[in-house]
Amino acid sequence: MDYLRLASIVCAAFAVAFGALGPALAEGRAVAAAMEAIARQPEAANTISRTLFVGLAMIETTAIYCLVIALLLLFANPLLA
Amino acid sequence: MITPLHSTLYFSLGPVPITQAILTTWAIMLLLVVTALLLRWQLRLRPAKPQAAIELIVDMLDTQIRETTGAEPAPYRSFIGSLFVFILTANWVSLLPGVEPPTAKLETDAALAAIVFVSVIWFGIRGAGVAGYLRSFAAPNIAMIPLNLLESVTRVFSMFVRLFGNVMSGVFVIGIVASLAGLLVPIPLMALDLLTGLVQAYIFAVLAMVFIAATVEDGQPKPAPPPQKKEN
Repeated sequence: MDYLRLASIVCAAFAVAFGALGPALAEGRAVAAAMEAIARQPEAANTISRTLFVGLAMIETTAIYCLVIALLLLFANPLLA
Repeated sequence: MITPLHSTLYFSLGPVPITQAILTTWAIMLLLVVTALLLRWQLRLRPAKPQAAIELIVDMLDTQIRETTGAEPAPYRSFIGSLFVFILTANWVSLLPGVEPPTAKLETDAALAAIVFVSVIWFGIRGAGVAGYLRSFAAPNIAMIPLNLLESVTRVFSMFVRLFGNVMSGVFVIGIVASLAGLLVPIPLMALDLLTGLVQAYIFAVLAMVFIAATVEDGQPKPAPPPQKKEN
Protein backbone atom coordinates (compact mmCIF):
# COMPACT_ATOMS: atom_id res chain seq x y z
CA MET A 1 0.00 0.00 0.00
CA ASP A 2 1.21 3.42 -0.94
CA TYR A 3 1.70 5.33 2.32
CA LEU A 4 1.16 8.76 0.78
CA ARG A 5 -2.23 7.69 -0.54
CA LEU A 6 -3.22 6.17 2.79
CA ALA A 7 -2.11 9.27 4.68
CA SER A 8 -4.08 11.51 2.29
CA ILE A 9 -7.30 9.59 2.81
CA VAL A 10 -6.92 9.48 6.61
CA CYS A 11 -6.07 13.19 6.74
CA ALA A 12 -9.03 14.09 4.53
CA ALA A 13 -11.38 12.25 6.88
CA PHE A 14 -9.77 13.93 9.90
CA ALA A 15 -10.01 17.36 8.28
CA VAL A 16 -13.74 16.98 7.67
CA ALA A 17 -14.44 15.42 11.08
CA PHE A 18 -12.58 17.92 13.22
CA GLY A 19 -13.36 20.80 10.88
CA ALA A 20 -17.05 20.17 11.48
CA LEU A 21 -16.69 20.16 15.29
CA GLY A 22 -15.88 23.80 15.89
CA PRO A 23 -18.40 25.32 13.46
CA ALA A 24 -21.14 23.01 14.82
CA LEU A 25 -20.57 24.25 18.38
CA ALA A 26 -20.34 27.83 17.18
CA GLU A 27 -23.54 27.61 15.13
CA GLY A 28 -25.35 26.12 18.10
CA ARG A 29 -24.29 28.99 20.30
CA ALA A 30 -25.21 31.55 17.64
CA VAL A 31 -28.71 30.11 17.15
CA ALA A 32 -29.25 29.86 20.92
CA ALA A 33 -28.26 33.49 21.37
CA ALA A 34 -30.53 34.57 18.52
CA MET A 35 -33.47 32.60 19.99
CA GLU A 36 -32.94 34.32 23.31
CA ALA A 37 -32.79 37.72 21.65
CA ILE A 38 -35.97 37.07 19.65
CA ALA A 39 -37.78 35.85 22.79
CA ARG A 40 -36.78 39.03 24.55
CA GLN A 41 -37.50 41.38 21.66
CA PRO A 42 -39.94 39.79 19.19
CA GLU A 43 -40.28 43.04 17.24
CA ALA A 44 -36.61 42.89 16.23
CA ALA A 45 -36.96 39.35 14.84
CA ASN A 46 -36.40 40.44 11.22
CA THR A 47 -33.09 42.17 11.82
CA ILE A 48 -31.91 39.43 14.17
CA SER A 49 -32.68 36.60 11.78
CA ARG A 50 -31.05 38.41 8.85
CA THR A 51 -27.89 38.97 10.85
CA LEU A 52 -28.12 35.39 12.12
CA PHE A 53 -28.21 33.98 8.59
CA VAL A 54 -25.19 35.98 7.50
CA GLY A 55 -23.33 35.02 10.65
CA LEU A 56 -24.21 31.35 10.23
CA ALA A 57 -22.94 31.42 6.66
CA MET A 58 -19.69 32.98 7.86
CA ILE A 59 -19.28 30.34 10.57
CA GLU A 60 -20.15 27.57 8.18
CA THR A 61 -17.43 28.79 5.86
CA THR A 62 -14.76 27.45 8.23
CA ALA A 63 -16.23 23.97 7.85
CA ILE A 64 -16.37 24.49 4.10
CA TYR A 65 -12.67 25.42 4.07
CA CYS A 66 -11.93 22.06 5.69
CA LEU A 67 -14.11 20.35 3.08
CA VAL A 68 -12.18 22.07 0.29
CA ILE A 69 -8.88 20.93 1.84
CA ALA A 70 -10.23 17.37 2.08
CA LEU A 71 -11.36 17.41 -1.54
CA LEU A 72 -7.97 18.77 -2.63
CA LEU A 73 -6.29 15.95 -0.73
CA LEU A 74 -8.55 13.35 -2.34
CA PHE A 75 -8.90 14.58 -5.90
CA ALA A 76 -6.13 17.06 -6.68
CA ASN A 77 -3.29 15.95 -4.44
CA PRO A 78 -0.03 17.41 -5.78
CA LEU A 79 2.00 14.68 -4.04
CA LEU A 80 0.21 11.88 -5.84
CA ALA A 81 0.33 13.36 -9.34
CA MET B 1 -13.41 9.72 -12.47
CA ILE B 2 -15.54 12.87 -12.23
CA THR B 3 -14.32 15.02 -9.36
CA PRO B 4 -15.68 18.34 -8.09
CA LEU B 5 -12.56 20.07 -9.40
CA HIS B 6 -12.97 18.72 -12.92
CA SER B 7 -14.46 20.86 -15.72
CA THR B 8 -16.25 19.43 -18.72
CA LEU B 9 -14.56 20.62 -21.91
CA TYR B 10 -16.94 21.31 -24.79
CA PHE B 11 -14.73 22.74 -27.53
CA SER B 12 -11.76 25.04 -28.01
CA LEU B 13 -11.64 28.49 -29.57
CA GLY B 14 -8.05 28.45 -30.78
CA PRO B 15 -5.93 27.98 -27.63
CA VAL B 16 -8.83 28.85 -25.30
CA PRO B 17 -10.73 25.85 -23.93
CA ILE B 18 -14.48 26.48 -23.64
CA THR B 19 -15.97 24.56 -20.73
CA GLN B 20 -19.51 24.03 -19.57
CA ALA B 21 -19.12 26.72 -16.92
CA ILE B 22 -18.14 29.31 -19.56
CA LEU B 23 -21.12 28.49 -21.75
CA THR B 24 -23.47 28.77 -18.74
CA THR B 25 -21.84 32.06 -17.80
CA TRP B 26 -22.37 33.42 -21.31
CA ALA B 27 -26.01 32.33 -21.25
CA ILE B 28 -26.56 34.05 -17.89
CA MET B 29 -24.82 37.22 -19.11
CA LEU B 30 -26.96 37.27 -22.24
CA LEU B 31 -30.14 36.71 -20.22
CA LEU B 32 -29.34 39.45 -17.70
CA VAL B 33 -28.25 42.00 -20.32
CA VAL B 34 -31.26 41.40 -22.57
CA THR B 35 -33.65 41.59 -19.59
CA ALA B 36 -32.03 44.81 -18.42
CA LEU B 37 -32.21 46.37 -21.90
CA LEU B 38 -35.86 45.37 -22.32
CA LEU B 39 -36.73 46.82 -18.93
CA ARG B 40 -34.81 50.02 -19.62
CA TRP B 41 -36.65 50.41 -22.89
CA GLN B 42 -39.98 50.43 -21.05
CA LEU B 43 -39.08 52.85 -18.27
CA ARG B 44 -42.03 55.13 -17.40
CA LEU B 45 -42.73 57.66 -14.74
CA ARG B 46 -45.74 55.64 -13.62
CA PRO B 47 -44.14 52.20 -13.33
CA ALA B 48 -45.76 49.02 -14.59
CA LYS B 49 -45.39 45.80 -12.59
CA PRO B 50 -41.90 44.70 -13.82
CA GLN B 51 -40.49 48.17 -13.35
CA ALA B 52 -41.96 48.39 -9.85
CA ALA B 53 -40.32 45.06 -8.97
CA ILE B 54 -36.94 46.23 -10.28
CA GLU B 55 -37.29 49.53 -8.42
CA LEU B 56 -37.97 47.56 -5.26
CA ILE B 57 -34.74 45.57 -5.77
CA VAL B 58 -32.67 48.70 -6.48
CA ASP B 59 -34.15 50.41 -3.45
CA MET B 60 -33.30 47.42 -1.26
CA LEU B 61 -29.76 47.45 -2.64
CA ASP B 62 -29.37 51.13 -1.79
CA THR B 63 -30.64 50.53 1.74
CA GLN B 64 -28.23 47.64 2.23
CA ILE B 65 -25.24 49.63 0.98
CA ARG B 66 -26.16 52.56 3.21
CA GLU B 67 -26.75 50.35 6.25
CA THR B 68 -23.61 48.24 5.96
CA THR B 69 -21.10 50.96 5.11
CA GLY B 70 -22.74 54.33 5.61
CA ALA B 71 -21.52 55.40 2.16
CA GLU B 72 -23.70 57.06 -0.47
CA PRO B 73 -24.77 54.19 -2.75
CA ALA B 74 -24.68 56.07 -6.09
CA PRO B 75 -21.10 55.26 -7.27
CA TYR B 76 -21.24 51.64 -6.14
CA ARG B 77 -24.82 50.69 -7.03
CA SER B 78 -24.14 49.37 -10.52
CA PHE B 79 -21.06 47.35 -9.60
CA ILE B 80 -22.37 45.79 -6.40
CA GLY B 81 -25.80 45.24 -7.93
CA SER B 82 -24.40 43.45 -10.98
CA LEU B 83 -22.21 41.32 -8.75
CA PHE B 84 -25.17 40.33 -6.57
CA VAL B 85 -27.58 39.65 -9.43
CA PHE B 86 -25.02 37.66 -11.41
CA ILE B 87 -23.96 35.45 -8.50
CA LEU B 88 -27.58 34.92 -7.44
CA THR B 89 -28.58 33.86 -10.97
CA ALA B 90 -25.49 31.67 -11.27
CA ASN B 91 -26.25 29.94 -7.96
CA TRP B 92 -29.91 29.38 -8.76
CA VAL B 93 -29.30 28.15 -12.31
CA SER B 94 -28.80 24.68 -10.79
CA LEU B 95 -32.61 24.47 -10.61
CA LEU B 96 -32.66 23.83 -14.35
CA PRO B 97 -32.10 20.12 -14.91
CA GLY B 98 -28.69 19.26 -16.35
CA VAL B 99 -27.21 22.72 -15.73
CA GLU B 100 -24.42 23.04 -13.21
CA PRO B 101 -23.94 26.46 -11.59
CA PRO B 102 -20.78 28.13 -12.94
CA THR B 103 -19.97 29.32 -9.42
CA ALA B 104 -19.37 25.67 -8.48
CA LYS B 105 -16.19 25.88 -10.57
CA LEU B 106 -13.01 27.40 -9.17
CA GLU B 107 -12.34 29.50 -12.29
CA THR B 108 -15.57 31.53 -12.19
CA ASP B 109 -15.14 32.35 -8.51
CA ALA B 110 -11.50 33.26 -9.01
CA ALA B 111 -12.52 35.61 -11.83
CA LEU B 112 -15.20 37.24 -9.66
CA ALA B 113 -12.75 37.68 -6.80
CA ALA B 114 -10.18 39.15 -9.21
CA ILE B 115 -12.80 41.68 -10.33
CA VAL B 116 -13.37 42.61 -6.68
CA PHE B 117 -9.58 42.94 -6.13
CA VAL B 118 -9.25 45.33 -9.09
CA SER B 119 -12.38 47.25 -8.14
CA VAL B 120 -11.04 47.91 -4.64
CA ILE B 121 -8.01 49.57 -6.24
CA TRP B 122 -10.16 51.44 -8.79
CA PHE B 123 -12.70 52.77 -6.30
CA GLY B 124 -9.95 53.46 -3.78
CA ILE B 125 -8.00 55.62 -6.25
CA ARG B 126 -11.18 57.30 -7.50
CA GLY B 127 -12.47 58.04 -4.02
CA ALA B 128 -9.28 59.05 -2.27
CA GLY B 129 -6.67 59.70 -4.99
CA VAL B 130 -3.45 57.76 -5.55
CA ALA B 131 -1.82 59.14 -2.43
CA GLY B 132 -4.94 58.42 -0.43
CA TYR B 133 -5.08 54.86 -1.74
CA LEU B 134 -1.46 54.26 -0.77
CA ARG B 135 -2.13 55.86 2.60
CA SER B 136 -4.96 53.39 3.21
CA PHE B 137 -2.37 50.63 3.59
CA ALA B 138 -0.94 52.39 6.63
CA ALA B 139 -4.40 52.58 8.11
CA PRO B 140 -4.20 52.36 11.90
CA ASN B 141 -0.47 53.02 11.92
CA ILE B 142 2.61 52.52 9.82
CA ALA B 143 3.57 49.18 11.35
CA MET B 144 0.52 47.59 9.76
CA ILE B 145 1.74 47.99 6.14
CA PRO B 146 2.96 44.38 5.63
CA LEU B 147 -0.15 42.96 7.24
CA ASN B 148 -2.43 45.18 5.17
CA LEU B 149 -0.63 44.22 1.97
CA LEU B 150 -1.02 40.55 2.87
CA GLU B 151 -4.63 41.03 3.87
CA SER B 152 -5.60 42.66 0.58
CA VAL B 153 -4.68 39.39 -1.15
CA THR B 154 -5.85 36.86 1.45
CA ARG B 155 -9.29 38.40 1.95
CA VAL B 156 -9.98 38.11 -1.78
CA PHE B 157 -8.69 34.54 -1.71
CA SER B 158 -10.95 33.62 1.19
CA MET B 159 -13.87 35.26 -0.63
CA PHE B 160 -13.54 32.99 -3.63
CA VAL B 161 -12.86 29.84 -1.65
CA ARG B 162 -15.98 30.63 0.41
CA LEU B 163 -18.23 31.00 -2.64
CA PHE B 164 -16.68 28.00 -4.39
CA GLY B 165 -16.88 25.76 -1.32
CA ASN B 166 -20.48 26.58 -0.50
CA VAL B 167 -21.89 26.21 -4.01
CA MET B 168 -19.71 23.23 -4.92
CA SER B 169 -20.52 21.36 -1.71
CA GLY B 170 -24.24 21.85 -2.41
CA VAL B 171 -23.90 20.41 -5.91
CA PHE B 172 -21.68 17.59 -4.61
CA VAL B 173 -24.06 16.58 -1.81
CA ILE B 174 -27.06 16.60 -4.15
CA GLY B 175 -25.12 14.42 -6.59
CA ILE B 176 -24.25 11.91 -3.89
CA VAL B 177 -27.78 11.80 -2.46
CA ALA B 178 -29.34 11.48 -5.91
CA SER B 179 -27.05 8.58 -6.77
CA LEU B 180 -27.84 6.83 -3.46
CA ALA B 181 -31.50 7.49 -2.81
CA GLY B 182 -33.34 8.24 -6.02
CA LEU B 183 -35.37 10.94 -7.64
CA LEU B 184 -37.36 12.92 -5.07
CA VAL B 185 -35.14 12.62 -2.00
CA PRO B 186 -32.71 15.49 -2.85
CA ILE B 187 -35.52 18.08 -3.09
CA PRO B 188 -35.24 19.37 0.53
CA LEU B 189 -31.50 19.65 0.02
CA MET B 190 -32.09 21.64 -3.15
CA ALA B 191 -34.38 23.98 -1.22
CA LEU B 192 -31.60 24.44 1.32
CA ASP B 193 -29.27 25.13 -1.61
CA LEU B 194 -31.51 27.98 -2.76
CA LEU B 195 -31.13 29.60 0.66
CA THR B 196 -27.35 29.03 0.62
CA GLY B 197 -27.12 30.54 -2.85
CA LEU B 198 -29.02 33.65 -1.81
CA VAL B 199 -27.01 34.11 1.39
CA GLN B 200 -23.69 33.56 -0.38
CA ALA B 201 -24.54 36.08 -3.12
CA TYR B 202 -25.52 38.58 -0.42
CA ILE B 203 -22.32 37.95 1.55
CA PHE B 204 -20.12 38.27 -1.54
CA ALA B 205 -21.70 41.60 -2.50
CA VAL B 206 -21.63 42.94 1.06
CA LEU B 207 -17.99 41.94 1.59
CA ALA B 208 -16.97 43.60 -1.68
CA MET B 209 -18.78 46.74 -0.55
CA VAL B 210 -17.16 46.63 2.89
CA PHE B 211 -13.65 46.26 1.40
CA ILE B 212 -14.21 49.16 -1.01
CA ALA B 213 -15.69 51.40 1.68
CA ALA B 214 -12.90 50.59 4.12
CA THR B 215 -10.24 51.48 1.52
CA VAL B 216 -11.94 54.75 0.61
CA GLU B 217 -12.45 55.67 4.24
CA ASP B 218 -8.88 54.86 5.30
CA GLY B 219 -7.57 56.88 2.37
CA GLN B 220 -9.23 60.12 3.46
CA PRO B 221 -6.82 62.63 4.97
CA LYS B 222 -7.14 62.49 8.72
CA PRO B 223 -8.25 65.50 10.76
CA ALA B 224 -5.63 66.63 13.25
CA PRO B 225 -5.83 64.33 16.27
CA PRO B 226 -7.14 65.94 19.44
CA PRO B 227 -4.35 66.85 21.86
CA GLN B 228 -3.80 63.97 24.21
CA LYS B 229 -3.54 64.41 27.90
CA LYS B 230 -0.16 63.51 29.22
CA GLU B 231 -0.11 61.24 32.19
CA ASN B 232 2.39 61.97 34.80
